[in-house]
Amino acid sequence: MNPCQFDGARRGFFKKSAAVAALYLTPSVLVKTFAADSLVPMPIAKENLKFILNGKPVALEIDARTTMLNLLREEIGYTGTKKGCEMGQCGACTIHVNGKRIKSCTQLALNHQNNQITTIEGLAKGDQLHPMQAAFLKNDAFQCGYCTSGQIMSAVACVREGKATSRTSIQAYMDTNICRCGAYQNIVDAIVEVAKSGAKI
Amino acid sequence: MNNINLNKNNTNLFKLDFADERVDGADKVTGKAKYTAEYNLPNMAYGVFVTSTIAKGTIKNIDTAKALSSPGVLDVIYYANCPSVPGYLTNAAERPKNVSEWRGHKVLYDNQVRFFGQPIALIVADSLENANAAIRLVRAEYESQAFETNFDVVRKDPAKLKGTVAYKRGTENAFKSAPVFVEAEYAIPAEVHLPMEMHASIAFWEGEDKVTLYDKTQGPKSTQTSIARTFGLQDKNVRVIAENVGGGFGSGLRSWANVPAAVIAAKKLNRPVKIVLTRPQMFSLVGYRPQSWQKIGIGADASGRFIGITHEAISGTSRYEDFREGIVNVSKFLYASENVDTKYSLLPLDMSTPVWMRGPGEATGSYGLESAIDELSYKLKMDPIELRLKNFTTINPENKMSFSDINLKDCYAYGQEKIGWKNRPSTPGTLKENGWLIGYGMANGVFGAGKGSASVRALLNKEGKLTLECAVSDMGPGTTTSMTIIAANAMQMPIEKVKFKLGDSDLPPGPSQGGSGTTSTVGSAVDLACSTLKQNLKDLAIKLAPAFANLKSDALDVKNEMVLAIADPNIKITIVDLLQLSPDKQLDLTIASSGKTAEQLKFTSNSFSSHYVKVAVNPKDGTIKILQVVTTGDAGKIISPKTARSQMIGGVVGGIGMALTEQLEMDHVSGQIINASFGAYHVPLHSQIPPTDVWFVDKPDVNMNSIGAKGIGEIALIGFAAAVTNAVYNATGKRVRDLPITPAKLGFKAKA
Ligand code: FES
Ligand code: FES
Repeated sequence: MNPCQFDGARRGFFKKSAAVAALYLTPSVLVKTFAADSLVPMPIAKENLKFILNGKPVALEIDARTTMLNLLREEIGYTGTKKGCEMGQCGACTIHVNGKRIKSCTQLALNHQNNQITTIEGLAKGDQLHPMQAAFLKNDAFQCGYCTSGQIMSAVACVREGKATSRTSIQAYMDTNICRCGAYQNIVDAIVEVAKSGAKI
Repeated sequence: MNNINLNKNNTNLFKLDFADERVDGADKVTGKAKYTAEYNLPNMAYGVFVTSTIAKGTIKNIDTAKALSSPGVLDVIYYANCPSVPGYLTNAAERPKNVSEWRGHKVLYDNQVRFFGQPIALIVADSLENANAAIRLVRAEYESQAFETNFDVVRKDPAKLKGTVAYKRGTENAFKSAPVFVEAEYAIPAEVHLPMEMHASIAFWEGEDKVTLYDKTQGPKSTQTSIARTFGLQDKNVRVIAENVGGGFGSGLRSWANVPAAVIAAKKLNRPVKIVLTRPQMFSLVGYRPQSWQKIGIGADASGRFIGITHEAISGTSRYEDFREGIVNVSKFLYASENVDTKYSLLPLDMSTPVWMRGPGEATGSYGLESAIDELSYKLKMDPIELRLKNFTTINPENKMSFSDINLKDCYAYGQEKIGWKNRPSTPGTLKENGWLIGYGMANGVFGAGKGSASVRALLNKEGKLTLECAVSDMGPGTTTSMTIIAANAMQMPIEKVKFKLGDSDLPPGPSQGGSGTTSTVGSAVDLACSTLKQNLKDLAIKLAPAFANLKSDALDVKNEMVLAIADPNIKITIVDLLQLSPDKQLDLTIASSGKTAEQLKFTSNSFSSHYVKVAVNPKDGTIKILQVVTTGDAGKIISPKTARSQMIGGVVGGIGMALTEQLEMDHVSGQIINASFGAYHVPLHSQIPPTDVWFVDKPDVNMNSIGAKGIGEIALIGFAAAVTNAVYNATGKRVRDLPITPAKLGFKAKA
């Protein structure tokens, strides 16, 4: 890897006057290389990955270190799945794997060979919103909308797994999903509504 | 279950079955709404910060060689190789004319470390994985210096305080002469905004002197100005896009290190660079509510009339920048009291700079004042609502002007009834339900209601569709929806035919979204644009439609997508037909709406809130449960009832965090934040949220602006924490004067 060409870059943001620019160079500091220690650059392992994404087969070669979340957002361009912490603590990145909810930031993508992955983009059937999406909209179960994909994916799993039997049981199941805007009450309203409607989700 | 038809031809606006959803809601529930980090530009590189591992000192050297040899790494930018930035120059004489000094920490500029976790280098790589892998390969050697991060200790040394501002009305310390008084100290730890979307910037130089920035900001225009001034560019050559903002609560009110760093890196590497902060960095790099200490003395005569209020406060700031907010202001004007004196000082610490957080100043001050009033009520043996009524005023005692409108009495009436105030025990610690101690508490909130200037473009096209544009942002309150509603109402046309565009500095200038001013400021501009549009339509009808030839414009009305004569509704023309007759086949105008009119300036305007809480405390272990909340808002006309209700509920959730769980924790040996994650800094979760009832006075404040609306974002939270502490006292007889309230502070020991 080539270090960048400092000279060229140090032209800085002064366009008009070279004389002025010369005055503003940041102090130069002698860069001394440390004695060798145990940390060394690692080569990248590339691997092939195949899975089903929202019903469609996907096959790619990926950097083995890529999380499922970063694969979706940065490589595939499915940005509906959100990044709220990358520490498994907020739920914004919730997706379904073979019908079960998981936090996609905690998983290497390579763990999901041949799995069925569903993201928020896969819920609506063409022109029809999924009943949970419609209920979120109707109950104003969000403000900024950033936690919403994760909340909806968890909410769908909550109803499917039969955990939406009371407000308390819904809250307990949904504690995995933080909403800093504080739309919790409306989120639970939306889930109750879908659970009561008996809609097939 | 209702299903909604998605109209494929229009990706942003879906046709809805229900009338009152957020107009951009369908994009949010389907994952289509794009937030800053979600734009992928061709050839984009990824920047990640290497951060300092000391709190204060000098970097002796940074070894970047290994990182540079790591796969995919394109550059490691730090003080020794950072391109010079004109706005980084501290000497004003050296800065070109169109440049102002960057406020705050100048990232990648020098070898000084000012706080633990300060970015000291930016790794830029061709993928996020490659960038992240190189962080551990950068080695810095420091010479560290003694530092101070312990607010509680340092504030006791008066020599360490700065920027003291004092205020006096009447006699100083008058409360001490009152027959009944309390004097107490209240403390609030630093709290962090933590919007779910992390701060992010993508910078892309479109030419030598032209940069485009996708940025998580609450103010596209203010970010544009700050970047233009810092880099010596013309405003029009800096475009800032923030189409969707995933929360902010104040953290997006200024540009932080990620913004100039992305701009610098994109220039240096001549390709787009994306920087997304990590969650731990969200605790140290984008501001926080400063830690504070307050002392309040308040005294009353036997009837409860306030004799005097003395309010002293200290809040933390960084060593390199002063941040102050209006902590003591609420004591000056919310209640009638002849004698008020206040004093407010800053305490510089070796931490990053705080910033406005939801309800800035007042949220802190109201916690103190509303707690002290509650304490006084017990000493007076008087109901705390009655005590507030005794000191109610319609004249702001600080500036002696009338409040443009104040309906707190209605809030008291509704709140008491709904929470079941009559069940509140007048002796604390005496009511039990199911073995738990029960208490009721209330407190008020207040925030200034402003109206600033904004410009709006209104384009009525030949199909009769109206598009409005303003460079404001929507971090979640539903600005897009409220503005659409205001326009549809003003034009008396179907809401589906109105579209409001925001989040782009190229649009006509609008304010930053903060201080609860957006609806008032931009709403007034939208209203003005629509009335101008209506006038233009009437003029066009008179000029071009023969049936109108002999009519005056005040005899005409615009509604239901038509211009018609008020006296004879048979004289009418549809807007579409009328525009057909016009030379341009459309109307396109941009209007500027300024601040308050002379008439409006005769009043002082505020939004008010009053919160009611019922809590249960487990007498065995001190577990605190909020059982029920009633929150009331007095904020003029409510433009969008659904989103306004959500905003109030959100304020309650924020207030619950402030009252019970939120606290930024520092290790003062190393000077670092030790709970920088959702796992360790506890924001409220689903199961902590009680049923919350929201009520608005919903009465237009006609002295405020043409739409009669005031802001609610701040008052939703302000005062709430005091309502909780007051309720906990009512339940237990234990007064907690430092937030958050924990079982330990109630005297319960943690299990061994
Ligand atoms: S981003 Fe995965 S849990 Fe927060
Ligand atoms: S809607 Fe903003 S975080 Fe949940």
